[in-house]
Amino acid sequence: MWFYFIKRILIALPTLLAVVTLSFFLMRLAPGGPFDQEAPLPPEILENLRAAYGFDKPLIKQYLDYLTNLLNGDFGPSFKYKDFTVTELISQGLPISASNGFLALILAVCFGIPIGIIAALNQNKKVDHLIMSFAMIGIVIPTFVIGPLLALFFGIILKDTIFSLPVGGWEGGRLENRILPVICLSLPFIAYIARITRASMIETMRSNYIRTATAKGLPYHKVVINHALKSSMIPVVTFLGPATVALLTGSMVVETIFGLPGIGRYFVQGALNRDYTLVMGVTILAAFLVIIITLIVDMAYAWLDPKTRYD
Amino acid sequence: MEFFKIFSQSSERNSKSLNSFKDVEERSLWSTAIQRLILNRAAFVSALLIIFLAFICFVGPYFLSWSYDEIDWDLIEATPPNINNGHYLGTDSLGRDLLARILQGGQVSFQVGLLATMVAVIIGVTVGSLAGFLGGWIDQVLMRIVDILYVIPLMFFIIILMVIFGRNFYLMFIAIGFVEWLTMSRIVRGQTMALRHREFIDSARVSGSSNTRIILKHIIPNILGVVIVYVTLTIPQVILLESFLSFLGLGVQPPMTSWGALISEGAREMEITPRTLIVPALFLSTALFSFNFLGDGLRDALDPRDR
Repeated sequence: MWFYFIKRILIALPTLLAVVTLSFFLMRLAPGGPFDQEAPLPPEILENLRAAYGFDKPLIKQYLDYLTNLLNGDFGPSFKYKDFTVTELISQGLPISASNGFLALILAVCFGIPIGIIAALNQNKKVDHLIMSFAMIGIVIPTFVIGPLLALFFGIILKDTIFSLPVGGWEGGRLENRILPVICLSLPFIAYIARITRASMIETMRSNYIRTATAKGLPYHKVVINHALKSSMIPVVTFLGPATVALLTGSMVVETIFGLPGIGRYFVQGALNRDYTLVMGVTILAAFLVIIITLIVDMAYAWLDPKTRYD
Repeated sequence: MEFFKIFSQSSERNSKSLNSFKDVEERSLWSTAIQRLILNRAAFVSALLIIFLAFICFVGPYFLSWSYDEIDWDLIEATPPNINNGHYLGTDSLGRDLLARILQGGQVSFQVGLLATMVAVIIGVTVGSLAGFLGGWIDQVLMRIVDILYVIPLMFFIIILMVIFGRNFYLMFIAIGFVEWLTMSRIVRGQTMALRHREFIDSARVSGSSNTRIILKHIIPNILGVVIVYVTLTIPQVILLESFLSFLGLGVQPPMTSWGALISEGAREMEITPRTLIVPALFLSTALFSFNFLGDGLRDALDPRDR
């Protein structure tokens, strides 16, 4: 088992290095520099700017400097937010995005799993078809359609009722300001988790040990809760890796729609403003998060299902 | 039956001895699949809807009195639908015909969907069949690369590419295609490995076919079903990705438009005219639903397990 873990870590490290290298060289090889403006700068000023950002050094030296700084948690200065370093921007934005993402995942697990179980236990009945139709809607209709529609409904149609909710702004993380973004972020996950739970629950309920448990006279709810539930949770655990990726892309949309100052919004703004260091910083951070979480999920999976360890 | 058909194709000399099989009523994989697809109502309706949507998006603009980037100077504000002035769905806040813009956006979505999926299929099938057929270290190297790429959030890299190369329309097709091939290659590899040790492959090898020929003539025709299913499921993903980029303002640039860009414009004006948000959202959702149902239907139709 330890061998398996070490192997996974040994794959994760080069992956991270590949991300850093790729984004660094893509940004440096880009035609047109970050200092290109409509009115060209005088050469002396351009020279000074380049020196200030270290662009006058050889490319390899710049790359090594960037790597060393990264190890110290320094992502470099932002090109557009002149008074901030990328690290400052990220440390402002990350808690917001992370707490919203975490809440969305909790919401998704709390709703998705019970819904999936209900659907599985009523397989091919009306309840099942209804739940699965809603799950299909949640999966197919993208966040950037659901988000504005939610805002339209709760912010404009229900404007003067008690159900009215703020559709933008953060205001220090007030609960009301979080409700719509978190719901919007979690809807696709609820749908996915419900679908995965249903499929694996149906599979589990057909297995022999469930038949044994039923045959020895256990009440139905005990069979489901004590026997079927644990093993049908394994596929849900593996979904958490891809879910992180989806959360990161989802946060770009949700933070843009609802105007939250998270890393997703910084990334989109950075991309629109050609703020290279900011875009690079968020990309590397995102890759780091995804790699770490995938690693944890893989380990949890190996712990839950011993068969994978000997792969 | 499939096996004998392939066998008779691959070695013409032996075909006489197999003639007796032609008397049996032939039900090929494809004819059965088509029959099943027609019986699957959701998938069949979806297929018709897709054809209809594609038809109106590409042919419809010729019958409209306004083009997508033309401003109606009498109505420089969002106006409700009006049959008399030719704005069947009204205008947007700049006085452009909403229907014309939606149809143009649909053209972009369908084009991106097809082209990017083609890129994904070409890379995915090549990598997957090579890895699956050749095995050994080639398989190891290719699949580790796929593993690594799977973990990287590639969405960020598409956006980096868009930043660097200035949101070029064709670059976007290729960049999206480069992201979507990963799952394809894994599926194709799995299928190829299952076929690799079958008798008809051995027989092709014994009769002197090269690896390239075996892959092109024997492996690929046999995994075509899976590839087609996966293509119908990739197209909506690609359309979604493009709309996502356009929604964030990183996709197509004005005055060109796409469904994602229209939804983002509509979201900004929904307080005054919810129509500009809801109608493009309906078009996009219908297309996504149809492709997904068709993909599911095709998978059921082509799945040989419950034939």
